[in-house]
Amino acid sequence: MAQININGQTFPAKADQTVLDVCEQNGIEIPTLCHIKELMPSGACRMCVVEVEGAQNLVPSCSYPATDGMVIKTHSDRALQARKTIIELLQTNHPDDCLYCVRSGSCDLQELSQDYGVRQRRFANNSPEQHLDVSSPALERDPAKCILCGKCVRVCEEVMGVSAIDFAGRGSNATVSTPFNVGLNVSSCISCGQCISVCPTGALRESSSLKPVTNALKDPEKTVVVQHAPAVSVSLAEEFGLKPGLDVNGLLVAALRRLGFKYVFDTSFSADLTIMEEASELVHRVQNNGALPMFTSCSPGWIKYMEQSHPDMLDHLSSCKSPQQMMGALIKNVFAESYSLNPKDIYSVSVMPCTAKKFEAQRPEMGDGTGPDIDSVLTTRELARLIRAHGIAFDKLKPEVADTPFGERSGAGKIFGSSGGVIEAALRTAHYLITGTELNDPNLKMLRGSEGIREAVVDVQGLPVGVAVVSGVKHAEQLIQEVRDGRKDLHFIEVMTCPGGCINGGGQPLHHDPVRVKARAAALYKIDEGAPVRVSHANPEIQELYAEYLGEPLGEKSHHLLHTHYSARETQF
Amino acid sequence: MEHLIIPDLDPILKRYPDPNREHLIPLLQDVQEEQGYLSKESIGVISRHLEVSPAKIYGVATFYNQFRFSPLGRYHIMVCRGTACHVKGSANVLAAICSGLKIQPGETTRDGLFSLEVVACIGACGLAPLISVNGEYHAGVTPAKIKRILNSYRKREEIHANG
Repeated sequence: MAQININGQTFPAKADQTVLDVCEQNGIEIPTLCHIKELMPSGACRMCVVEVEGAQNLVPSCSYPATDGMVIKTHSDRALQARKTIIELLQTNHPDDCLYCVRSGSCDLQELSQDYGVRQRRFANNSPEQHLDVSSPALERDPAKCILCGKCVRVCEEVMGVSAIDFAGRGSNATVSTPFNVGLNVSSCISCGQCISVCPTGALRESSSLKPVTNALKDPEKTVVVQHAPAVSVSLAEEFGLKPGLDVNGLLVAALRRLGFKYVFDTSFSADLTIMEEASELVHRVQNNGALPMFTSCSPGWIKYMEQSHPDMLDHLSSCKSPQQMMGALIKNVFAESYSLNPKDIYSVSVMPCTAKKFEAQRPEMGDGTGPDIDSVLTTRELARLIRAHGIAFDKLKPEVADTPFGERSGAGKIFGSSGGVIEAALRTAHYLITGTELNDPNLKMLRGSEGIREAVVDVQGLPVGVAVVSGVKHAEQLIQEVRDGRKDLHFIEVMTCPGGCINGGGQPLHHDPVRVKARAAALYKIDEGAPVRVSHANPEIQELYAEYLGEPLGEKSHHLLHTHYSARETQF
Repeated sequence: MEHLIIPDLDPILKRYPDPNREHLIPLLQDVQEEQGYLSKESIGVISRHLEVSPAKIYGVATFYNQFRFSPLGRYHIMVCRGTACHVKGSANVLAAICSGLKIQPGETTRDGLFSLEVVACIGACGLAPLISVNGEYHAGVTPAKIKRILNSYRKREEIHANG
């Protein structure tokens, strides 16, 4: 093993490690702006430069291999001065409006300016005027704040396989842009928001729904109802400095009530409902030679991806609405009816780990024609902002429980938030629907994990059911090709747009970190293990809903309220 | 959304049968030669043929000065921004053309009459500052002269239209 000397101390280094890897492993922090841990280093920003003895120039530690006998100074005067100059140069083309920026306090450039003692603008800003793109219902793109680190471009291309944006122009005229700088709404962007999680500044952000939500909360005419997604309760804690993976479900409900939401429902309940419908649909398709494999339909980025990239395969998508939209339809219909409310007076909000849910909520199919089923979608981050703005000391709240009739959930509904969770939940119920008995072991551990594609064959009373889990929409392409080429052994495929599932969604607490994502997943599975009811079909509120209102899965009322359709989508690109 | 008319690029695509990204620049050059510019629709077609994202193609195409993204005008103006022309005031000349036509370099006027391009050196430094309109050279131009030159082409176009 190689030995390298950093700042006077000797550390071991493995063969494939970079200088940055060795430093991080040994508690030496080197700032980076363009580095994404799981991807190849790009070495574009030069923030991570260090001094290597014998080398004439400073070297970027993120892409410099650690070799035996190296002597490195990470914080020499020369390295520090170089980094400070880089920050000053980046600020040249960056506006000074930190006070009004949504990323103030979580901006990497701002933090580095503080750390490196940049106290004044050294070069006048003479960048050309750039236009804010607010065309997308989910994301805003503010090129004036872009420092061209390229992380969004790389995530969009290398992680998501979407490539809606890339560098355009050259030299001082370079920008990150869609083709022809068209609005994101007509581009191939699927609104996943992964670019937001890696953006070091405020150049990419969600389009905020805080104003309409606070206005509704103040409006005495409105009954404001909220639902929260399964992945929110295991990530919100991080926004308040608590441990990653801590489940704050009770505090979340309490906080939502403090904010003035009259009824608090749990999207995990409608996830159970989704499972009832989706598992029934799967069984129906298998028994009636329907289009197989069936793809899940709860991830709106994936839906848009299919509509624009594979419009000829839309019949493979489950017709089930997502849990958000099922809950939305229930609130404006079943809930309104039973509480004698006019649906127009209900303002329905959802808290989601996702930016694409904002896109989904405004789809014209997602309403009864008079208005949308979901009026506003808040991301986990936006909810945290709302809680802070209302002076609610989150960690001092007392846990509360969600409201009936849509507040109770099974463990199966909760693991929806993790990649593999939907299919695990669906198989538990499908097994029951086909055989009338429960799975011997509800834990289908072969479906859990973080690989891009995971496959398994589940035996349902002698019937081998081929299932696959796709974690990250990019990996779906491979299975789609295999299905096109005639692969027949797969029946059911879960696709989560974001790698890891909703727990790693584009609306989650910032700064993409694989360790945190793992902690959130572990929390969901732990909740499931401890849940008194672990299968959707045994959720008493679900049973009641079918008995009193819906009738049966795939019945007429379900068809009307809980199912949807898709259509080919023409994007300019 | 504007309706997309898919241009027929098949004869050009046939020259590059294998979808290899190394063909991108020659392909872009051929399409521009055929159509005069790279349209959104053409970039879409090329993207599907080479399996390279439109964003990437647009990125490559905007990197090079040779590619344009709007059709040429009936009168194509080239403004020399070489050293000698610069010293003799070509920056003001360019600004006068931009404000006179209300377009930026690389763009085409809405009526399709003029398009504008900046070139590095036309090679007639003795005549600086120099512009060329469809191959007709105008030497020693000034912002004041630009107005007259543009009007003379507009007039020519009128006569052409009436006659």
